[in-house]
Amino acid sequence: MTELIRDIFHRHLKNPILERGDDAGLVTLPGTRLVMSTDGHVISPLFFPGGDIGALSVHGTVNDLAMMGARPLYLTAGFIIEEGFPLVDLDRIVASMAEAARDAEVQVIGGDTKVVERGSGDGVFITTTGLGIVPNTLDLTAANARPGMAVLVSGTMGDHGIAVMSKRENLEFETEIRSDSASLHGLVAAVVDAVPRLALLRDPTRGGLAATLNEIAAAAGVGMVLDEAAIPVSPDVSAACELLGLDPLNCANEGKLIAICPSDDADRLLEAMRGHPLGRRAAIIGEVTEDPSRLVQMKTTFGGTRIVDWIAGEQLPRIC
Amino acid sequence: MLHTGRLIRVQGRVQGVGFRPFVWRLAHESGVGGRVRNNGTGVSIEAWGPDDALERFVACLLEAPPALARVRSVDWTPLDGNVPVAGFQILPSDGGTVSTEIAPDAAMCADCRSDISDPQNRRFRYPFTNCTHCGPRMSIVEGVPYDRATTTMGAFEMCEQCRREYDDPGDRRFHAQANACPACGPRLWLAGPEGEIDCSDPLEQAAELLRDGAILAIKGIGGFHLACDAANAGAVAELRRRKNRPAKPLAIMARDLEQIRCYCAVSDEEADLLTSPPAPIVLLRNLANTSLPGVAPGLGVTGVMLPYSPLHHLLMEEFEGPLVLTSGNLSDTPQITDNAQALDALSITVDAWLLHDRDIVNRVDDSVMRVDLGAPFALRRGRGLAPEAIALSDGFADAAPTLALGAELKSSFCLLKEGRAIPSQHIGDLKSGETFADFRQKIGLFRDLFRFDPETIVVDCHPDYLSTRWGHALARDTGAELVTVQHHHAHLASCLAEHRIPPDEDRAVGIILDGTGYGLDGTVWGGEILLGGYGDFARKAHLETTPLPGGEQAVREPWRNTLSHLWTVFGADWRSALGGSDLNDRLAAKPVELVTQMIEQGLNSPTSSSAGRLFDAVAGALGVRFDTQHYEGQAAMELEAVARSQMQTAGKYPGGTTEDRTILLEPLWAALARDLKSGVDPGVIAARFHNGLISVLAETASEIASDEDTSRIVLSGGAMQNSLLLGGLHERLTSQGLEVLVHRQVPANDGGLSLGQASIAARC
Repeated sequence: MTELIRDIFHRHLKNPILERGDDAGLVTLPGTRLVMSTDGHVISPLFFPGGDIGALSVHGTVNDLAMMGARPLYLTAGFIIEEGFPLVDLDRIVASMAEAARDAEVQVIGGDTKVVERGSGDGVFITTTGLGIVPNTLDLTAANARPGMAVLVSGTMGDHGIAVMSKRENLEFETEIRSDSASLHGLVAAVVDAVPRLALLRDPTRGGLAATLNEIAAAAGVGMVLDEAAIPVSPDVSAACELLGLDPLNCANEGKLIAICPSDDADRLLEAMRGHPLGRRAAIIGEVTEDPSRLVQMKTTFGGTRIVDWIAGEQLPRIC
Repeated sequence: MLHTGRLIRVQGRVQGVGFRPFVWRLAHESGVGGRVRNNGTGVSIEAWGPDDALERFVACLLEAPPALARVRSVDWTPLDGNVPVAGFQILPSDGGTVSTEIAPDAAMCADCRSDISDPQNRRFRYPFTNCTHCGPRMSIVEGVPYDRATTTMGAFEMCEQCRREYDDPGDRRFHAQANACPACGPRLWLAGPEGEIDCSDPLEQAAELLRDGAILAIKGIGGFHLACDAANAGAVAELRRRKNRPAKPLAIMARDLEQIRCYCAVSDEEADLLTSPPAPIVLLRNLANTSLPGVAPGLGVTGVMLPYSPLHHLLMEEFEGPLVLTSGNLSDTPQITDNAQALDALSITVDAWLLHDRDIVNRVDDSVMRVDLGAPFALRRGRGLAPEAIALSDGFADAAPTLALGAELKSSFCLLKEGRAIPSQHIGDLKSGETFADFRQKIGLFRDLFRFDPETIVVDCHPDYLSTRWGHALARDTGAELVTVQHHHAHLASCLAEHRIPPDEDRAVGIILDGTGYGLDGTVWGGEILLGGYGDFARKAHLETTPLPGGEQAVREPWRNTLSHLWTVFGADWRSALGGSDLNDRLAAKPVELVTQMIEQGLNSPTSSSAGRLFDAVAGALGVRFDTQHYEGQAAMELEAVARSQMQTAGKYPGGTTEDRTILLEPLWAALARDLKSGVDPGVIAARFHNGLISVLAETASEIASDEDTSRIVLSGGAMQNSLLLGGLHERLTSQGLEVLVHRQVPANDGGLSLGQASIAARC
């Protein structure tokens, strides 16, 4: 996907804002710094433990804005609905969207609805576009990651990906795994407040922590060394991943963030995160290193290091 | 008497191995005058003398070179004029381009052995004794030309006596770059957690500690080892615990052949291999009534080596019994080579360190070999073998310089230039950060040592291999052409290449059996019969596919393959095919419902024709290895071990193929399930499985050979390290008059892959 974005979208549409490679575009107008982002939501199933496509379409875009340190203000929403989609489900989705918007303190100020023929869509697709404002003092961007800085996450990894997959595939684990889908603007506000020298924030959505850290490393021209034992993963997700043969670090999150800051500020940042309901299981998971090869590595519990990879397609075994 | 002159050019590994003093002595013996020098392409000799003397001289160059030399060619042109000098002189090197070879490290020679055993000799009991016929080479080379200054011995200034030997063409230490003695050379000491241990004899003290059950780190030739008393089960168990290596076999070092024969059967060929200059670890069959508990559980074979450096000889003289000697590293990381790192990283693993101050710059693990079908068979290329060049067929003489990057788990790379392939030593699993760094560093070193600038870079077609990704980046950065090679095609070509099969007659049927490799159709291949050569190939037959539920998790847990095979063959009702066998009970304790759901829904369950997973499935079914594999290939190796004694008498399972030559699993599993139900001995079942698989593969391959009008069969892939499978296929196919090629110099597993990749790209 990273390559697709680079080879097609960036090639045709490139401009200085897009090239920063952040979660949202930063626009400076006289007196105001705006961020704007758009996010299409396609998910199967539409309803899953811990959320649904309606709430997700708010959280996804609000979080992209929040990762720029912004206060999200407005959303617009585009719906593509498959002919024959039950109205009662649509009602439930929009109600959930409204609730998520209220929680995130954003207003949905515009929208569009198209209906496509039966078979041309998968129930409903929602694209949301968001607008927020950023304080003048903040410039959070991937390139800020410098060797020596600390890498933190706000909580357990992989919950959303495993929750959605379990529901979609009808897998019955002993305890139901719930998506972590949530708006992160409140947590971001607390974090920015506590550590003004914050370097960057990212939400590890598709591709999980592994893909997002590799993107940051590539953009900033640095490496990272993580500590396997420090990365929070819930026991349920861990057990499910072991069964499924998946790595929680490759699984999506929808209510977690990665924060990178100077090492002196790491403890304060950790405290600020843990003080917020969405960051109670936050942890310092590693540090940024100097590495021309831009590798993300992880110290294993056995004392070696493993390379933390992103996955190009389906995970095919490599052991011969 | 009429004197004529000849300008003689000797090529091959002829530098740093005592070649010029050999020429000097030979000239004196045969009454030839002239001079000899090293140059960029090898050794150049101007020789004058009577024709018959010159004839003998040239013949001896080819026939009786020094032990470590590898003479590739000797050619000459006539020289005009008279004898220009009196006697025979050794001249300094003339620099120029480099196409000579770096020698592998070599085990101590008999002369050095007597030096260190002679109380009158100044090198009596000196652990760093060496000469031009033996000692460290590859492990201490930092650059070319191979000279003391470009090795880590550059740090030691020779004393007057050593210098005299070094300068004397008549001495076997003439230009021995690692020449040293107690007065001027490296020093040995023993260290404990609190620093150097004050003792009169570190070797004696180390042996004492080992006898007390301690675990030691010992710095050897190519890296650190962890050592303990092999006969002390408690010490072995403790070493396993500290190294987090619960089951993987450990190698041992025995004092001499006689001691090995207390534990293992040793044939003449095996004895020759053990005592050869590479002095590899040799896998030997255990004797029935003696064993070293915990060294190599469940395999029936033990990896054994003899002392190869003076340090090891002296230690084994002090310590009577066999020692466990396993690579000194943390789990999943490369063998440690550096004192400071050993002191730090092994601080909770060992009780003491036997250290020296001759630095190791080029990590070389011990080589592992086996004698199979009457000749040595490399399982891991390391110390003593790397960087030995492999001469290819003349058809490769004009190939562009090519760098092939191998696979991922048993990584090695290979340079190809001027008709020769230079495979690196075994590097290991690139997923480890340290190993990946080592891989890149070694490629840099080889490029320097061999003055090598690749025009072509070759990678596997698996998009996620780290070597593939890095190769793409390297090709982008250097402007080299990138070539992608299918995994099993590379296995086939690797075997052709080491047998010097010329590109214009390279067609062969390849039975390629391994764990997994990325197939051309995007699925996982691994039980393949290919037809092809260097240039191209076609997939002519393969094992029926099964899902791998959980991807790599299915590699770790054999029972998943058992379930997957049962499901493929018998469908949802597989339980009734097993009846009341205890396999049903064992599977009932596993999350079978969820994993079946994964299989049925195609959830992280790529389909595969893997031979390795078939072995896992059978090992799981028999309970030989059901839950977890602790190391790669464990289930298959244990299955081989239980089958071994039953192979001749057990009979075989039926086989079957479809019209398009898919090798069916149903006949095999139907018979196996019946045997399970009636409680047949697991050894018998394992042997019937082996024999059945051999039979159906041999039949299918010979049919293809006959259809395609070729009589050559190649056996390659990691599963060919199973000697029952290899031996059975070899016997069946040769008895039909087919020519069967098996690996000898490079491993059949992915360690040999880079040679195949390079040879394919060179012929593209």
